[in-house]
Amino acid sequence: MHNTVANLEERRIASGFSFLAREAGFEIGESAFLRYSASDSYLRALAVGLSNTLSVALIGIVVATVLGASIGLFRLSKNFLLRTLAGAYVEFIRNSPLLVQLFFWYAVITEVLPHPRAALEPLPGFFLTNRGIFFPAPGSTPALEGFNFVGGLALSPEFATLLAGLSIYTAAFIAEIVRAGVLAIERDQWDAAHALGLTRRQALRHVVLPQSLRVIVPPMASQYLNLTKNSSLAVAIGYPDLVSIANTTINQTGQAIEGVAIIMAVYLTISLSISAFMNWYNARIMRR
Amino acid sequence: MKWLRDNLFAGWINTIVTLGLALLLVKVLPSLVDWAFLDAVWRPDSKACRAGAGACWGFISEKHRFILFGTYPYDEHWRPGAATAILLGLWIFSALRMSWRWWLTLVWLAGLALIGTLMWGGVLGLAYVENERWGGLILTLLLTTFGIAAAFPLAILLALARRSSMPVIQALAVGFIELVRGVPLISLLFMASVMLPLFLPQGVSIDKLLRAQIAMILFASAYLAEVVRGGLQAIPKEQYEAADALGLGYWQRTLSVVLPQALRISVPPLVNTFIGFFKDTSLVVVIGLFDLLSTVKVALNEPAWSGFGVEAYVFAAVVYFVFCFAMSLYSRRFERSHKGVTG
Repeated sequence: MHNTVANLEERRIASGFSFLAREAGFEIGESAFLRYSASDSYLRALAVGLSNTLSVALIGIVVATVLGASIGLFRLSKNFLLRTLAGAYVEFIRNSPLLVQLFFWYAVITEVLPHPRAALEPLPGFFLTNRGIFFPAPGSTPALEGFNFVGGLALSPEFATLLAGLSIYTAAFIAEIVRAGVLAIERDQWDAAHALGLTRRQALRHVVLPQSLRVIVPPMASQYLNLTKNSSLAVAIGYPDLVSIANTTINQTGQAIEGVAIIMAVYLTISLSISAFMNWYNARIMRR
Repeated sequence: MKWLRDNLFAGWINTIVTLGLALLLVKVLPSLVDWAFLDAVWRPDSKACRAGAGACWGFISEKHRFILFGTYPYDEHWRPGAATAILLGLWIFSALRMSWRWWLTLVWLAGLALIGTLMWGGVLGLAYVENERWGGLILTLLLTTFGIAAAFPLAILLALARRSSMPVIQALAVGFIELVRGVPLISLLFMASVMLPLFLPQGVSIDKLLRAQIAMILFASAYLAEVVRGGLQAIPKEQYEAADALGLGYWQRTLSVVLPQALRISVPPLVNTFIGFFKDTSLVVVIGLFDLLSTVKVALNEPAWSGFGVEAYVFAAVVYFVFCFAMSLYSRRFERSHKGVTG
C-alpha cells in the first residue's frame, strides 16, 4: 500500500474517480445510441464504450445462436455433404484463435472489398465496400454520394468485423452444444412419442426439445458470456468498445487502477446478470 | 449405390440440398484453388504479387524467419529453432501414457533448463540474448508451457480449496475463481501491464514478458481449477471413505487416492482448456509482446508488403490450427480408449 501511494505521488496521479467528470478531449469513431463529442466527459465516453460493447454483444448473441443452432442440426443431417461441410466449419473455426479470425475478417473487408464507387451489390440495396456495409432501412435507402454511401443503415468496417468474427467463432461452439443436446435424447423418446400418435413435428416440439433444452441451456449461457467477454478484443481492431475507451482514458489520465477497476466491475456485472438470468431460466425449464 | 441413396438422395428435400451444395462447391472451389495455388505467387517478390491475381505466399517466403523467430539475432536463429523442437518433443513425450511417472518432472526440468540455456545464452560460447528480443512461435509456445506448468498446481490447490470445509478458504477460492472467470483476459493483461508497476516498490521493475505471464497464469488457473473440481466431484464417496478407513490423513488421501483418479478422468476437458489457453496467448499482441500473431502483424507493416493481410492471417490460422487440431484429436482418442475403463 505504501509503495502504491509513493508511486502515485511520484507520477502526480490523483487517485479516485473525480477524473470522470473532466473533459475527455478525444473523438470516438462511432456510437450506437448516445450522442458524443470530444468536449463531453470521460464518464460519457465510457458510457458510449459500454453501449457499443452491449450492442455488438447482443446482436452477436442472436446471430451466433441462429447460425450455431443451424450448423449443429446440419451436423446431424442425413445428407453427407451437409454434415461434412458443417463438421469442417466447426473444426476449423474452433481450432484457430478468435483474434486471428478477427484480423482476417478485417483484412477481407478493408483489403478485398472494393471502394464504394465499385461497391458489390449482392442484393438490391445492399452494398459491400471497404468503407463498411450499407443496407436499406425503412424509409431510407443507401445511395452513393461523392466518395461514400449516404442513407440507410451502415455498419462500419470495425463493427462488421467484430460482429462477423464473434458470431462465426461462437457459432462453432454453439453448434457442438446443440448437437450434444439433441444426441443426449435417446431414441426411445422419439419412439414413445410416435407410439402416442404424435407427428415428427409434435414429437420435436413437445417431447425432444424440452428435454434437450435442459442439456443445452447451461453451456449456452457460458457461450453467451464468452461472446460478451470476447467482444473486448475490439481494442485490437479499433472498434470503440468499453475496453478500448477505458484504455484511451488510462493512457490520457494515468488512472490505471481506476480504469482497470471500471472494466472489471462492468464485465463482472454483465457476467453475473447473464448467469443469474440463465439460472432463473434453467430453473423454469426444469420445473416443467 | 445404397450409400449414395441413403446419404445424398433420400427424399426430395435431401436431393435439393445435395444439388444446391454441389452447385455451390462447383462454383466456389475452382476459384479458391486458382487463388490459393494455380495463380499464387510463391517467390518473395512483392511486385509480382501485386501484379498477379492469386494469393501472395511470397510474403510468407520472404518473412518466415521473422514470423517464426521475431527479432532474435538472425545468425542465431538455430537456437530458438532447436528450443522449439525440444519443447515440442517434451509435449509429445508427455502425451504418451508410458511416461506418466514421477521422473517425467525431471525430464521437464532438464528440458526447460536446456531451452533456457539455448534462448538466453551467455554460457558455453553462446552470445547472450535478452528476452526482449525473443519472439515468434517460440514465445507463443513458452507462454503456453509456463502458463500451464505454473497454473496447474495453483489450479489443484484452488479446486481443493473450493471443496474445503473451511468457510474462509472456500470463500477466497470461490471469489478468486469467479472474479477471474467473469472478466475478459484483456483486462487482466492490462492490469499486469499498467497496474502492477504501481504496486511495486520504487526501483523494482518486472519485465513485460513476466508480467504478462503472471496474468496468463492467474487466468489459466481459474479455468483449470473448475475442470479439476469437476474431476474431484466425479470421484465416488466410497473412495474417500476407503481412504479414511485406511487411516490416511487429508493430504495422503488427496495425493495418493483422490487426485490421481480425478486427474485421469479430467484429461479430455483439461486438454480442451489447454487448447483454449494456447489460442488465448495470441492476446498478448494487445500489450505489445512479440508472439506468433504479433510478428505476422508487424511483418505486414512494411510498406512493400502491406495489403497482404488475408494471406498472412490464413498462414497464422493454419499454424495455430495444426497445434490445436493435434491436441483435440489426442483428447478425443483418449476419451474413446478410456470409456471402457472408467465408464
